[in-house]
Amino acid sequence: MATIKLNRPKLDAGEKIYLGAIFKGFFLTLTHAIKSLRGKSAGAEGLASSGLGVTMQFPEQRWDEHMPEYYRGAPTLVTDEQGRERCVSCQLCEFICPPKAIKITPSEIPSDDPWAKVEKRPLEFDIDMIRCIYCGMCEEVCPEQAIYLRKDYLITGTSRDQMVHNKKKLYEIGGVRVGLVNKWNELK
Amino acid sequence: MPEILITLAIIIVKVITFTFVVVLPLVPLSVYFERRFSAIIQDRVGPNRVGIPFTLLGMKKDFHLFGLIQPIADGLKLFLKEDFTPDHVRKAFYWLAPALTVVPALITVCVIPFGPDVTLFGYTEKLVIADIDVGPLFIFAISSLTVYGITIAGWASNSKFPFIGGVRSTAQMISYEICLGLSIIPVLLYYGDLNLSNIVNEQAKNGWLLLPFWTDGKLSLPSAEAALFLIPAIIAFLIFTISIFAETNRMPFDLPECETELVGGYHTEYSSMKFAMFFMGEYAAMVIGSALIITLFLGGWSLGFGFDQAIANFSIGDFQIGGFIHIGVFLAKLIAFILFFILVRWTVPRFRYDQLMKLGWVIFFEAALINVFLAALIIAAPEFKTTIIASGSVILVAVTAAIIWVAKVSEPPAKILRA
Amino acid sequence: MSDTASSTAELKLPKDLAAEKGMVNVQIDGVWYQFPKGTRMIEACRSVKKDVPYYCYHPKLSVPGNCRMCMVQMGMPPRPAPGQEPVRDENGYEIIGWMPRPAISCANTVAENMGIRTTGDLVEKCREGVMEFLLINHPLDCPICDQAGECRLQEQSVGFGRGVSRFIDMKVKKPKNVDIGPRIRLDDERCIMCSRCIRFMDEVAGDAVLGFTQRGTHTTLTVHPNRELDSNYSLNTADICPVGALTSNDFRFQMRVWFLKETPSIDVNCGTGTNIVIHTRGNTIHRITPRQNDAVNSNWMPDSHRLNFHYIDSEARLTEPLARENAQHVGTTWTKAIETFTAKIKKFAADEIAIVGSARMTNEELFLLEELRSVLSVKNFSLVARNGEADPLLIAADRNPNTTGAKIVLKQDDPYHSLVSIRSGVQSGKIKALISFHEDLITDAGFTAEDLSKIDFFVQSALLANPSAGFADLVLPGAAFAEKRGSMVNLSGRLQRLNRAIEPPTNTRDDWEILRDLITAVSGEKSTLHSIEDVFKKIASTISAFDGLTLSKIGAQGVVIQETGYKIALLENERARKAAGIING
Repeated sequence: MATIKLNRPKLDAGEKIYLGAIFKGFFLTLTHAIKSLRGKSAGAEGLASSGLGVTMQFPEQRWDEHMPEYYRGAPTLVTDEQGRERCVSCQLCEFICPPKAIKITPSEIPSDDPWAKVEKRPLEFDIDMIRCIYCGMCEEVCPEQAIYLRKDYLITGTSRDQMVHNKKKLYEIGGVRVGLVNKWNELK
Repeated sequence: MPEILITLAIIIVKVITFTFVVVLPLVPLSVYFERRFSAIIQDRVGPNRVGIPFTLLGMKKDFHLFGLIQPIADGLKLFLKEDFTPDHVRKAFYWLAPALTVVPALITVCVIPFGPDVTLFGYTEKLVIADIDVGPLFIFAISSLTVYGITIAGWASNSKFPFIGGVRSTAQMISYEICLGLSIIPVLLYYGDLNLSNIVNEQAKNGWLLLPFWTDGKLSLPSAEAALFLIPAIIAFLIFTISIFAETNRMPFDLPECETELVGGYHTEYSSMKFAMFFMGEYAAMVIGSALIITLFLGGWSLGFGFDQAIANFSIGDFQIGGFIHIGVFLAKLIAFILFFILVRWTVPRFRYDQLMKLGWVIFFEAALINVFLAALIIAAPEFKTTIIASGSVILVAVTAAIIWVAKVSEPPAKILRA
Repeated sequence: MSDTASSTAELKLPKDLAAEKGMVNVQIDGVWYQFPKGTRMIEACRSVKKDVPYYCYHPKLSVPGNCRMCMVQMGMPPRPAPGQEPVRDENGYEIIGWMPRPAISCANTVAENMGIRTTGDLVEKCREGVMEFLLINHPLDCPICDQAGECRLQEQSVGFGRGVSRFIDMKVKKPKNVDIGPRIRLDDERCIMCSRCIRFMDEVAGDAVLGFTQRGTHTTLTVHPNRELDSNYSLNTADICPVGALTSNDFRFQMRVWFLKETPSIDVNCGTGTNIVIHTRGNTIHRITPRQNDAVNSNWMPDSHRLNFHYIDSEARLTEPLARENAQHVGTTWTKAIETFTAKIKKFAADEIAIVGSARMTNEELFLLEELRSVLSVKNFSLVARNGEADPLLIAADRNPNTTGAKIVLKQDDPYHSLVSIRSGVQSGKIKALISFHEDLITDAGFTAEDLSKIDFFVQSALLANPSAGFADLVLPGAAFAEKRGSMVNLSGRLQRLNRAIEPPTNTRDDWEILRDLITAVSGEKSTLHSIEDVFKKIASTISAFDGLTLSKIGAQGVVIQETGYKIALLENERARKAAGIING
């Protein structure tokens, strides 16, 4: 075991009695408490405080308008302006997903489909929202710009089944997203 | 009605009123204050939701009442929780321990004076359950039983963290009991009385121990003796207050149950109402401790500044009910002191165990001892010749210096910490 | 290089030392090694762990050198002028003169005093250039391409590519999703024209149906007109395709390869014992690919065997022991099933019982079956022969994977011969109890439904519901080849190991466990066999051919335990081509 010699700071008599420091501490705590009581805590404004501390009173006050652009809510699937489901079920999100919340069953697009040239799409796409940790890795890894984390944060359900978002639900929340790269259009 | 039955009825009314209507509700109240105050200190909101759920009855808004109903909800929850007794515990003691913590704390209520006399229906009664002449001694005797509850809980749980908690608690409580007892001797010397009612009466009349600015109900500068006695009084007050913190296992001395080290300390293995009783015992001890400090040093029920006589004489018809106003004063002081307890908890970090022991044995014990002699000297001064007082002072200074020197040389050399 | 005998009177030069052993000295990335004469440069580099990327090269195929990915910098000592001595360094090696242009390492062989650089500016720039050209017309199909994850183009693009494309024109369009055969699908845009598949079909499968049409950028892989890629070895082209141009219809869009767990095992569809890798995710087999074993199957395997695994999780799979009650099968527990077996089988005399086993069982199972036979002192014991047509490559006429093993373990020259007498015994009513393991007696062993209805007590252990199991009084569900461990001996006498890739259904049991429990129940003695290793140890201690072996000692490539003289046609062909210098082997 290594021996480490610590040099303690030299305290003067007043510091040694310690009482002064304690009263200073009381003063600090009290001033902070008073600030908090008046809703003047540091950062209270930015956090849309309810007037007490920095806390928001959730169900009555929502922070939807304070939500930053990069907010990571529920992961969803999107369609593009042509109504094509963007996911091709490459399963990279399933692979990267740290809590293994995503489960995809791939399938082939039938040849009579207008987008038959894309060849592949998910048959089933389930995200278990009990498992999801909203890390956004699925969005980051998606090569097809198909999965996005939206601002929906109120994901509730009364059973485990309800907490699994299936493909239909995911497209429902995700909606249409325009202005994405449409690499499949260039094909003949 | 025979006299004896009336006396009995009065006693029962007082017991029920003071323990179950005044002190016991203070426990959940202080829990509420603790949570709310700590929340405010930490920029949070704290419990503010639980109220009467009018929306369930189809109305538009709930009645929140600042969340004051939260403690009731908590209590209800604790009642409804499964009362789980682990397989490995020593059952009888395990069941006994919670009661042993909460009962002594509540028994001590009986000597605390809540107010002066009141006259109702021609009967004059003191607003104290048992007006005994050994008040402080009674409190120390009973409240030191609490340590059995904790020790037995730790031992009976038959698991290591509770055991460590129990052992720590034993050592801590025994150490600080001494300081506690020694520190109030100057006060008792000063008043020459062990009856708490009398002590408070005296304070109401001639100024609080720490605020002696009136004599016989009239504002005046303190007498030389009273002013001089402020020195030992403040020392006694500091030692007593800090020792009360240690006795009640409050931050910064909550080593028997510190979560970071011992999970839950001695009550790790407890659940439901048994846990709640520990919790209650702890807060009841805090309430009683505050009451004792107020009674001894801060004038008890007295409002001070010469108003006390007027309030005491306030009466409607034959009912001299000024005493009830004094109960209000007392409770206000009590809550203020509880808030101080909470402020301390959220300001001062926890002590290390060796620091705790050193503080108790090396500093407070000696300081309290010297303080006793100092107080005696000040009290005795008017009755003796100057030479005796002077030589007494010299001896006291010499002894103090000697103690400080001994404490200094007995200090272990600069420690080499092993990392 | 002139002779330098005079200067090496006392000191032998490295080249002479190497020549004595038929080797040559080659410097690779600054280090001198010795290689046998005729080694290809790429193999030399690979053997000393210097990675050279390549696409078209395949050790088992001829070398066209058309992908240009394996370029390295090569150098030889300069030819000295007449009468001039070569310049040597202090170790006796001649100073290498590096060539200013790179050379492909797959088509060149090593030579004395040659130098190879697998890294350096020149080589790296070349690879970058080659990668850029290959990627110019390659579509961005990776998200939908089955090859993604095991794609050489992906890997080498990351390892050696530029990272950024400078190509701004439109990519060349080619046919996609072309149906070129019953089991293979072609995507021409993804093809990088390495011609591995063309060479495989021509040289190994002997059915040259693939070829290139058009020229330059528009070169397109296609099948010959009016032909299909329908060879029984067509799926090997998907294996060797470095990109996703050829993909398997069976595996198409089933699962991404990075999810697959690979378990080495062996094929059980014929006596060759092809080495395979079972790719699984969770408890599902997604595909089977061949595993290299130059003494069994080289790198290849027939499609018919490769695709024969879907029955494992089919609807017909038996998932719990069944007992017949009033002409109906009802589920029961293993304890009860084994109790029933013991109680009933003891009512029959030894010559009233017959056991029909299968040469599709492992050595361990056969060994225990033999033990059960001796415990019951049954004389009527046979396996069921299963013969088909051999093909000129890998498939053997004997479709039982463990005939040789059965001969060794059962100590019989013909374990199939008494089946006829058992059949006639059943027909005449002499045999009243029949125990059958892994053989459907009606389809495979020539019994008729009428025969089976005569049997008083019929126990059938099987994987799938089958016609004869319908007659069984007791059905014991076993484990499929991918669900159990064990060993088998192929026709050429090589002991090989099966490994467990997936778990059998919850209420089924490994066959050796069923047999062990039956033996324990019948004999009443406590079994000392607790794992498959115990069974193998017992075999090793009783049968001399297995002497000194354990399951783990068998290894991935197997061990020859008996010389049978059986020749695998494909290997003979390969040896001939290697001897002719067409392939590297």
